[in-house]
Amino acid sequence: MIDGQTQLALYRTMLTIRMFEQRVAREFRTGEIPGFVHMYIGEEAVAAGVCAHLDDGDYVTSTHRGHGHCIAKGCDLGAMMAEIYGREDGLCKGRGGSMHIADFSRGMLGANAIVGGGIALATGAGLASSVRGSNQVAVAFFGDGAANQGVLHESLNLAAIWKLPVVYVCENNGFAESTPAAYATSVPDVAGRAAAYGIPGVIADGADVLDVYEAAGAAVARARAGEGPTLLEVKTYRFMGHFEGDPDRYRDDDERRTTREHDAITSLRARLEAAEDELASIEAEIEAAVSQAVDFARASPFPDSAELERYVYPL
Amino acid sequence: MTVAAPTRVLSLVDAVGEAMRQAMEADPAVIVLGEDVAGGAGRGEEKENAMGGSFGATKGLFPLFGPNRVRDTPISEAGFVGAGVGAAAAGLRPIVDAMWADFTGLAFDQIYNQASKMSFMFGGQARLPLTIRVAMGSGLGAAAQHSGTLYAIYAHLPGLKVVVPSTPHDAKGLLLESIFDDGPVMFFEHLKLYVAKGPVPEEPYRIPLGVADVRRAGSDVTIVAISAMVDRALEAAERLAASGTSAEVIDPRTVSPLDLDTIVASVEKTGALVVVDESPPHCSVASEIAAAVSEHAFDSLNGPVRRVTAPHAPVPFTPSLENAYAPSVQAIVDAVGTLA
Repeated sequence: MIDGQTQLALYRTMLTIRMFEQRVAREFRTGEIPGFVHMYIGEEAVAAGVCAHLDDGDYVTSTHRGHGHCIAKGCDLGAMMAEIYGREDGLCKGRGGSMHIADFSRGMLGANAIVGGGIALATGAGLASSVRGSNQVAVAFFGDGAANQGVLHESLNLAAIWKLPVVYVCENNGFAESTPAAYATSVPDVAGRAAAYGIPGVIADGADVLDVYEAAGAAVARARAGEGPTLLEVKTYRFMGHFEGDPDRYRDDDERRTTREHDAITSLRARLEAAEDELASIEAEIEAAVSQAVDFARASPFPDSAELERYVYPL
Repeated sequence: MTVAAPTRVLSLVDAVGEAMRQAMEADPAVIVLGEDVAGGAGRGEEKENAMGGSFGATKGLFPLFGPNRVRDTPISEAGFVGAGVGAAAAGLRPIVDAMWADFTGLAFDQIYNQASKMSFMFGGQARLPLTIRVAMGSGLGAAAQHSGTLYAIYAHLPGLKVVVPSTPHDAKGLLLESIFDDGPVMFFEHLKLYVAKGPVPEEPYRIPLGVADVRRAGSDVTIVAISAMVDRALEAAERLAASGTSAEVIDPRTVSPLDLDTIVASVEKTGALVVVDESPPHCSVASEIAAAVSEHAFDSLNGPVRRVTAPHAPVPFTPSLENAYAPSVQAIVDAVGTLA
């Protein structure tokens, strides 16, 4: 049984991700945010349920759809928003943008715009922990598209032979851009591929944050105990297109509607024992925090073009 | 920094091994990863460390530091190079042995999209103290997929430093500097240089990256040569001296950063430049040096810059072709002759 306080914390994390991204989508449509943004809306239970078991000493690597992982790992909303806006006070001083948010002080080793790009990095972070004997855990988030990248298979093998403290979290939202997992992946469950490496393969329901929380808890505990990696597949639902502005013609209206019925936030809210006014005040707090984040981003200057070559090499 | 009057001699491969040992002694964050770096992994005391690296560079490490810090990997370049990148991001100081330069193709995304961009892309917050060691070079009959030089590819990428030592002394000092650099370094060891011995001080020392070495002073022509080509350039300079031409030979030692100041200063003195590079010429380090000197010292040049390079071809197998692949001493002499 997951206690009420934990449930409320999970709710708060998920709602923060949702409201942060809704605001990003809104501001993106005004043209104020440069580049591309990929929405995590609908998948919040994965980041929230997994990262609830981690602290600042643990590592995560993320994806192009990474805002949720950053928020769940504790990144500052203002510094995140400023990064998305391309400003000097962003977490990466505007050099990275939405697809490359990182905060090493919180073990957030970067969103990654190469599909599967973070998987080997998390494996290496797990190796660092293992060499030091420090009990830190590393989590690689990746999508169903990355499940077909060779580096995943190399990494699973490496982590298995060395019993590295890594949790591989496949966020299976059913689509790699527009290509259905049912078409592109040889097995219905990515988790089944764990058998090829002699490690546990576990499936959790991304519409139920408590299910994700429990499955991730077991995987993180196993990693921390030095028993090795787990491949955790979370069946999840991408409410939006691949990117903001994606016409999303590979799904029909019914599909989109059905997808949105799997909403971990509304389902948890209905089960929470918290008072309605407490939930309302949480929502108001988050709304204020997101507004402040936008204000902070807007007030921050763009980087100076004289500094184009700064940070190419570590100082 | 060079230490005075060293008397002990070591081969380049042993100098590299000594640098790794001393780095591991100095800092517990230094680990070594790669295929067969110990050899016989998990087979017990008698068989473990049976290999010590494909070329023997890591042989002394496993007995001293054990399997936690000297890790044989499966043949999974993307996996273990990427793990090296991640381990560096998480605070270790890994030395990844990728065996042959050609094999880095299997891990290119990890090097290019991950390691080289991490500091910049994340606004300077990432330290990435990673050294990737590779062997390279023609002359051993190893053919097209085990001989490529590739340093030009990596020198093209912002965020990487690229080291190409030509002597055992430099190899040790440059490798220690590379290991303790806080960014990613590609370290290219030429196989033809592995057995050649030279003076190497026993104590640890470092040579800064981006500082060329004027290996021979001269006044008539500047010859810039890379890695194994330095010895050939020195031999060419001897022959040229016999016919009355004084050649200055410069070893850049690193091709990224490139010590252009030393090269330009030399050209301003000699008025002529020949660049010797074992890589194919197109978009090569030789081309970069030629272009940069044309840009910065054009008025000093008495004639065109000559590039002496490998042909625009992969490394061939058969000796009759392979022997003609890398620039010869005579080709260097001839190139200088065209400038007279």
